Amino acid sequence: MHPITTVHYLALSAALLLIGTVGVLTRRNIVIILMSIELILNAVNINLVAFSHMLGPDHPQGQVFAIFVITDAVAEAAVGLGILIALFRNKETVLADEIDLLKW
Amino acid sequence: MLDTVLFYIFGVMTLLGGILTITRRSAVHSAISLIVSLLGVAGLYLLQHAEFLFAVQIVLYVGGIMVLFLFVIMLVNLDLAAKERQFNRQWLVALAAVLAAGAELGYFFYRGKDAFRLADVAAALPGAEALGNTEMIGNSLFSEYLLPFEVASLLLLVAVVGSVVMAKKRI
Amino acid sequence: MNFLDQIWLIPLFPLLGAALMLLLGKKLDPQPESEVAVAPGVEPIYEHGHDAHGGHDAGHGHDHGDAHAGAHGHGHHHSPLRFLVNLICPGMILLSFIFSAGAVYQLAQLPHRVHQVIQFTWLAGLPFHMANGQIATFSADWGFLLDPLSSVMILVITGIGFLIHVYSTGYMAHDNGYYRFFGYLNLFVFFMLMLVLANNYVLLFVGWEGVGLCSYLLIGFYFHKKSAGDAGKKAFIVNRVGDAGFVLGMLLMLSVFGTVRFTDVNAILRNGHFTAETAGFGVLSAMSLLMFFGATGKSAQIPLYVWLPDAMEGPTPVSALIHAATMVTAGVYMVARSAALFQLTPHTSTVVATIGAFTAILAASIALVQNDIKRVLAYSTVSQLGYMFLALGVGAYWVAIFHVFTHAFFKALLFLCSGSVIHAMGGEQDMRYMGGLKNKIPVTHWTMFVGSVAIAGIPGLAGFFSKDEILWQTYSSPQGSQLLWGIGLATAAMTAFYMWRLMNLTFYGPSRAAEDVQAHIHESPVSMTGPLTVLAIGSVFAGWLGVPKLWSLFGEGFRSFESWLAPVFASAAAEAAKEGAHDASTEWILMGFSVAIAVMGITIARYFYYHKPGIPDTLEKKLRPLHGLLYQKWYVDEIYDFIFVNGLCKGGGLLLGAFDRNVVDGGVNGAGWLTRFTSRISMWWDTWIVDGTVRFTAFFVKMLSYPVCILQTGRVQAYAFFILVGAMAFLGYYVAR
Repeated sequence: MHPITTVHYLALSAALLLIGTVGVLTRRNIVIILMSIELILNAVNINLVAFSHMLGPDHPQGQVFAIFVITDAVAEAAVGLGILIALFRNKETVLADEIDLLKW
Repeated sequence: MLDTVLFYIFGVMTLLGGILTITRRSAVHSAISLIVSLLGVAGLYLLQHAEFLFAVQIVLYVGGIMVLFLFVIMLVNLDLAAKERQFNRQWLVALAAVLAAGAELGYFFYRGKDAFRLADVAAALPGAEALGNTEMIGNSLFSEYLLPFEVASLLLLVAVVGSVVMAKKRI
Repeated sequence: MNFLDQIWLIPLFPLLGAALMLLLGKKLDPQPESEVAVAPGVEPIYEHGHDAHGGHDAGHGHDHGDAHAGAHGHGHHHSPLRFLVNLICPGMILLSFIFSAGAVYQLAQLPHRVHQVIQFTWLAGLPFHMANGQIATFSADWGFLLDPLSSVMILVITGIGFLIHVYSTGYMAHDNGYYRFFGYLNLFVFFMLMLVLANNYVLLFVGWEGVGLCSYLLIGFYFHKKSAGDAGKKAFIVNRVGDAGFVLGMLLMLSVFGTVRFTDVNAILRNGHFTAETAGFGVLSAMSLLMFFGATGKSAQIPLYVWLPDAMEGPTPVSALIHAATMVTAGVYMVARSAALFQLTPHTSTVVATIGAFTAILAASIALVQNDIKRVLAYSTVSQLGYMFLALGVGAYWVAIFHVFTHAFFKALLFLCSGSVIHAMGGEQDMRYMGGLKNKIPVTHWTMFVGSVAIAGIPGLAGFFSKDEILWQTYSSPQGSQLLWGIGLATAAMTAFYMWRLMNLTFYGPSRAAEDVQAHIHESPVSMTGPLTVLAIGSVFAGWLGVPKLWSLFGEGFRSFESWLAPVFASAAAEAAKEGAHDASTEWILMGFSVAIAVMGITIARYFYYHKPGIPDTLEKKLRPLHGLLYQKWYVDEIYDFIFVNGLCKGGGLLLGAFDRNVVDGGVNGAGWLTRFTSRISMWWDTWIVDGTVRFTAFFVKMLSYPVCILQTGRVQAYAFFILVGAMAFLGYYVAR
């Protein structure tokens, strides 16, 4: 077996990113969209950690950054879900298509 | 060799979980798939000797965020939404664009593969096991990245306040 | 009393008379305004049997032979002060006559018979450039020149003027405006005297214009009648046309000679500076032609004679004084005064002679068929004036003045007699309704007889000598020609004929008047018959002053007229011309011719109108077109009317009116239209271009926004898609670099 290089991780990260992007752009259900965003964030984290690992154990910056990303993801998920709940209360829908009040 | 196998297992878990996330009709199924994917990511962290992050991922992401997700799913009653059409009208175009983006990313890789010592096997681990991973992160976090740390805490505060405000019935 | 130095009094007296009339006349002789001024002879002649008493009261029955010294006061209430008018106006003229006679007598005593008195400089000197570049001063003085020529004229004017004034006291007795008439007459005499006594052309022109004015006033004396007013206007306007030529000639003279004084001009012309313009038409010829044109207006020659027949609208004394004796001779006087000029311009002289001859025959031909007694005499005047110009044209200047002299006598006589006839007939002027007056108005008849014989040119009376001399000069002078002589002769024949036609129709034969008119026929008062008699005597003897050289058996004394005037017209050229073909036998033969012609004319007239009165009517019927042509005065008035009055004036007025309406008003309207039009364009521009640009900008932006609007779907996922695309594009750009 060939050794796992950083490229593998990057490729994996890229794939996960794309999957997440597809989810964001494609699904109508807002909850699913939020989940896809989490996927994207995780892909980024994988990327960061991969590079951190590549640079060696005396470069934890990637991981630190990944912690921050996770923090951000948490905050964002909380607020986003809060918005979703507020939206659901007002519009009785969780579908992104049906929220087009700012149409021209 | 074990790394390779584990990598592939975790990788598959991650990707498969991701794919399932975006394709399930039921939101709960998507949530569960996401959990699986996150677990896979955690495993990948572990493979890369990011133990702290592995722990944080499990605890925070899966234990916090996904639970939150599940709560909200239950709150907004997605049964009705599950009966709707799931994919919006732009899915084809979006897919095409994403595939193009993917191709582009591949091209980036191709062009930039000499920039990094990417082919190197990760981490020869010279006697720098002096400090453990968590310790090192902690050092970095509270010295070099103190300000972002504090700001992040502030951010969390704001998020808490915001989500409470958003979700209240009456402000 | 040095009459010569007091020449200025001669014109002053009549002026004083006129001024007194103007200021005091109304007080002296107030007449009720309701009485329209109507006098015998005013009614138009086309109404046969019309009661010629017209505006008179019914109570106008005065007995015959009423010898009043003054007014005829029947039915009219005359102011007792009227005699003052009678005293003042004729009296002033009498004074002028006395002074003139005295001045002439004293002039005759002078060795050099020229007396010039300059009273003061009237027009101050204005320097100007003459034609030859010298600087001259335009100045005219108020000066009087008494020389043989003007002495003849002033004697004629004042003498005959006085007689006519006396006559008028009788003739105009019934009229309103009595004082006005005499005022105008005196004013006229004043202006005429100024004309003949002036020592320069400008002052002459003052008199010239003044007599024109008085002529207008007097012709239109019966201003209530439209025809009188029209005739006055016609006279004045036609005169004006001539005056334009006169003024131009005068100005040309000023520019060439630098002076307008007679003595100076004559000196310049006679000192050899200028040679006779035999070759071509030079500046002198232009000058003389222009001045002659002025004379045609004043003296009624072709083409400006048309006013004289119409001038018969005025009272008969006016016709006698102004249009027989004096005003119309002003032109002759002026040309004679400019003899020095005309002697140097043979071409113009030829023109003068030709026009004179043709006028004479034209007028005589018209007079043949006229029915109004005064019209016949008017055309006769035009014809005789033609003779005078014929004489001037052939170089016989003294003969022309001689004819003026004699003509004044017999023409004034004829007019006054006709006035007497009209007075007798109670206003009837048409000869067709007269006849058989011989025994009823004997004095008038005999005086008119004398006058007619005189004008016909029967030897022994005035007209013979002067007319015959004219004919001889025309024949013999180098400037005359046989053609002109022939024309003159034919005119003489016609003159005799129409005068005796007049006599026969008026006095002889049965009376053709209406019964009531016949009953009223009466002789005129002494105030009228007295002057007639005096003039008749004058007509007989005046001619003896100018007996031709041929009749040398009468001695030098009888050739006094020629010798009297000789210094005025003396010049080398004139002498040479006169001493030309002086063949005695030819002269006798020609004299015989003219006498025979005259006698023949008289006989034929007697035959036609007395013995066989039917002949004229048959002739008229046979030669109807010719008769019509002559009766209608050769349609000259109609032609003038068509060309000038209707053509120029009305047509011009129409044109101008059309011009004003279409061009001027059209321009104004067009400007308005243009303004509105441009405003519409501006409005269009503003609406479509300016506003359009603004609206287009908005439209353009709106159009641009449509694609953008499509992008704004409101769906978050669409935006997310664009973010992805954008991000990838960015990255792609940077990697590709």
